[in-house]
Amino acid sequence: MSTPRVVVIGAGPAGTRAAEMLVAAGLKPVVVDEAPRSGGQIYRRQPQGFRRPPEKLYGFEAGKAARLHETFDRLQDKIDYRPRTMVWGTEGRNLHLADGDGRQDVIGFDALILATGAVDRIVPFEGWTMPGVYTLGGAQIALKYQACLIGRNVALVGSGPLLYLVAYQYRRAGGNLAGIFDTTPLSRELAGLPRMAANPANTAKGLYYLAWLAAHGVPMLHGVAPLRAEGEGRVARLVLRDRAGRERTFACDAIAAGYHVQSETQLADLLGCDFAFDARAGQWLPRQDEMGRSSVAGVYLAGDGALVRGADTAEATGALAALACLQDQGMPFDAAVRGQALKAMRRGSAFASALRDAFPFPEHLYENLADETILCRCEEVSVGTFRATLRDKGADEVNRAKAFCRVGMGRCQGRMCGASAARVAAQTLGVELASVGRLRGQAPVKPLPAAIQTEAGE
Amino acid sequence: MTDATKYDVVIVGGGLMGASAAFFLATRHNASVALLERGRVGAQASGVNFGNVRRQGRPFIQLPLAHHARDIWGRLPALIGEDCEFLPTGHLKIAFDEESLAALEAYNAEARHWSLSLTLVGVNRLRAEYPFLGSGALGASFSPEDGHANPRLVAPAFGRAARRAGAHILEQCEVIGATRQGEGFIIETADGRILRAPILINSAGAWSNRFAAGFGESVPMEARGPQMGVTESLPYFVSPVLGTGDSSFYMRQVKRGSVVFGGGAHVAVDLSDPRPRPRPTHLLTQLRSLTRFLPSMAGVQVVRTWSGVEGYLPDKLPALGWSAKVPGLLHAFGFSGHGFQLGPGVGSVLADLAATGDTKVPIEPFSIQRFAGNGPAKTSPAAPSSGGAR
Ligand SMILES: Cc1cc2nc3c(=O)[nH]c(=O)nc-3n(C[C@H](O)[C@H](O)[C@H](O)COP(=O)(O)OP(=O)(O)OC[C@H]3O[C@@H](n4cnc5c(N)ncnc54)[C@H](O)[C@@H]3O)c2cc1C
Ligand SMILES: Cc1cc2nc3c(=O)[nH]c(=O)nc-3n(C[C@H](O)[C@H](O)[C@H](O)COP(=O)(O)OP(=O)(O)OC[C@H]3O[C@@H](n4cnc5c(N)ncnc54)[C@H](O)[C@@H]3O)c2cc1C
Repeated sequence: MSTPRVVVIGAGPAGTRAAEMLVAAGLKPVVVDEAPRSGGQIYRRQPQGFRRPPEKLYGFEAGKAARLHETFDRLQDKIDYRPRTMVWGTEGRNLHLADGDGRQDVIGFDALILATGAVDRIVPFEGWTMPGVYTLGGAQIALKYQACLIGRNVALVGSGPLLYLVAYQYRRAGGNLAGIFDTTPLSRELAGLPRMAANPANTAKGLYYLAWLAAHGVPMLHGVAPLRAEGEGRVARLVLRDRAGRERTFACDAIAAGYHVQSETQLADLLGCDFAFDARAGQWLPRQDEMGRSSVAGVYLAGDGALVRGADTAEATGALAALACLQDQGMPFDAAVRGQALKAMRRGSAFASALRDAFPFPEHLYENLADETILCRCEEVSVGTFRATLRDKGADEVNRAKAFCRVGMGRCQGRMCGASAARVAAQTLGVELASVGRLRGQAPVKPLPAAIQTEAGE
Repeated sequence: MTDATKYDVVIVGGGLMGASAAFFLATRHNASVALLERGRVGAQASGVNFGNVRRQGRPFIQLPLAHHARDIWGRLPALIGEDCEFLPTGHLKIAFDEESLAALEAYNAEARHWSLSLTLVGVNRLRAEYPFLGSGALGASFSPEDGHANPRLVAPAFGRAARRAGAHILEQCEVIGATRQGEGFIIETADGRILRAPILINSAGAWSNRFAAGFGESVPMEARGPQMGVTESLPYFVSPVLGTGDSSFYMRQVKRGSVVFGGGAHVAVDLSDPRPRPRPTHLLTQLRSLTRFLPSMAGVQVVRTWSGVEGYLPDKLPALGWSAKVPGLLHAFGFSGHGFQLGPGVGSVLADLAATGDTKVPIEPFSIQRFAGNGPAKTSPAAPSSGGAR
């Protein structure tokens, strides 16, 4: 039997563990990642030449980060590694690649592991497109990758574990925080604690950040609703409504906002995987079995791109997807390793679902969005225009609404605004979120340079 | 079948042809109309096409119909209440070799006899007015009254206007059978409706042949999928639609700034898939044309590609007009990649034919009769009174 060509997309925790399993089985997988270095989001490595120690970059996670990087570095000459390379399209069993120098390549696969991770999830508010407003993840990347803070007095808004983590990291890096403004009531977060006992270490970390931030006098408000960013040409103030319903203004020179993260699923869509609406994730996700098999033979899903469950679970699901692939290819694999990975995956899934309950996506914020708020920043479509389109033009699902008013038609192709558009649509029409559908994906999954050069150099 | 709902006209297929026919029937002729659309009005070819409202380059015998359509394009706000982003920006066809240049000149000379006045643009003026064009352009032909529109808006707007005028527009309503019985047609839908009408319009786009065949009038039609792409938003720099003389590449810029482009080979598509995937390989070919055509586009990024399903007839002319076999049956399909511009004109002609039996627009060359006796899929000659499609 000829050796199967296996491709892994993503070199984060999930992709790294998948590649490790495949190499252990004697395969030489292709590993493609857009980033210049391995590590993915959480263990993103700093550019060559930057010399901050792992403790400084990854905090409590330094040990895990180092182990993952070490694993990847050990694999380097046993895999066909394509850094700085985006997979932008698929055609049957071929993948179209574009590298950082604008060169095009096509590679075929017998089996494919999608470990493409997650992106920020945002809720628009008035002024969110003003200079000085970032996503939480973006604020973190600026710090982790380039050692930059987004401002000297930063307001952090949102919900989810990343909120406190980024706050901690910013404060530790010497940044002043105008405050942490959490849309979730504290009672809700505390009620989630017992179920988070599935992962005592993570829960303890979360509580530690909270306590540390409080001890350092960082203002913290729970149960707020962000109203608008104000400023003359750039952010100078954040206005919000507090739990008691009072409007309050906080001076700041930058805002980072985010509400947990959402899975990156465009490639699964292009490959024809079946999707189903996952009510807890609040997102359409490719269907998968416990091992990460999608509905398309030979296509596997791993890590946060399959379902957001965090980095530890991403490592486990990366291993599982590789094992499923080996099994389907009729190759030997270690059942004990699979047993352990399954256990880790189940534990991580339980923790993740407790997290989602403790930090729910603030659906209610959409009800009070002012009509003037920009919904789609690429095409500059306001919430009001979108609502009017739904009501007056008879659009009852998101693709139809997009066709009529351009929401999701710009550079991000709905990766940023799609989740919000679906929510505004469901609320305006008074229907379930699932019934407004999801934006159809199409190549390229991210913007592609027109000057892309093919191998033949034509 | 005594409970069948009766109409003057039933229309199968809510693309631009069907939707505009429904509109003109309801407004101009006060007819009772039902339009049955399997998906959403204008979500197939009519909603995903390039958006070219171009007359120059069409076969001359198509120009009277195209002029009729162009007149309606210019009156959209008065007729249906919105302009659908129709911009009469002009259309520039550019020659990159001597042969295409000669063809443009010949077309230009003949076009004036068909009431289409075009201007030849010499190479110097071309360079001066379109400095961003790549080298190698030898000359061009400009059609000042042509332009472009937003395809996603047009057919749905006709559908809404038709509904306001009293037409019954039924979406997500698939026709599964149409037969002629007695004085008219019995139309059956997947959701169990039965409709009856003396006149039936077959405007089911690339899927129309199924109904034509059911009435014993199968034509050699192929379903193909032209492929489109669009860039990120750029500063507005070009208002006319640009295309090569041989149509291997064309582009337009929308007011918001993105550049839509298409051209090159189209592949055969499967009629069972209403949303064929565009092919990345074809995009790469188009990008080579784009950057050769407009070198300054090299620094721009493409954000999306798409395709659609269109019916092509061997002579690239539509099948439009009365059935040659079945009384009361009107066909309007096979627009072979250029039905968008014609759309409103086709709807107007269909409405007049259905309501009065006649039209002032010459459409004889498009009669389905021309395929009688040579279609490969000739079925048994069904008697006019019992033809059926399933
Ligand atoms: C901005 C951001 C910050 C985060 N910060 C933290 C944190 O501090 N702590 C924490 O616990 N969790 C954090 N998370 C969650 C964390 O990302 C995950 O739990 C973990 O990284 C998941 O691992 P993964 O392997 O599934 O995906 P990732 O680590 O995200 O790796 C996915 C990789 O796939 C690559 N990729 C994606 N699409 C393509 C494509 N089309 N072509 C080529 N390559 C592609 C990406 O470049 C990336 O390297 C963060 C998430 C985001 C989005
Ligand atoms: C990608 C692309 C680019 C193009 N570019 C241009 C251009 O720039 N300029 C130009 O002039 N032309 C262009 N065309 C051609 C033009 O779009 C078509 O000729 C025109 O839209 C055809 O309209 P239609 O109403 O006949 O078909 P459609 O718009 O396809 O409508 C037919 C409708 O019938 C429905 N239907 C099918 N079967 C059934 C059934 N059993 N029951 C109920 N409903 C049914 C379908 O769902 C569909 O909505 C392009 C076409 C494509 C695909």
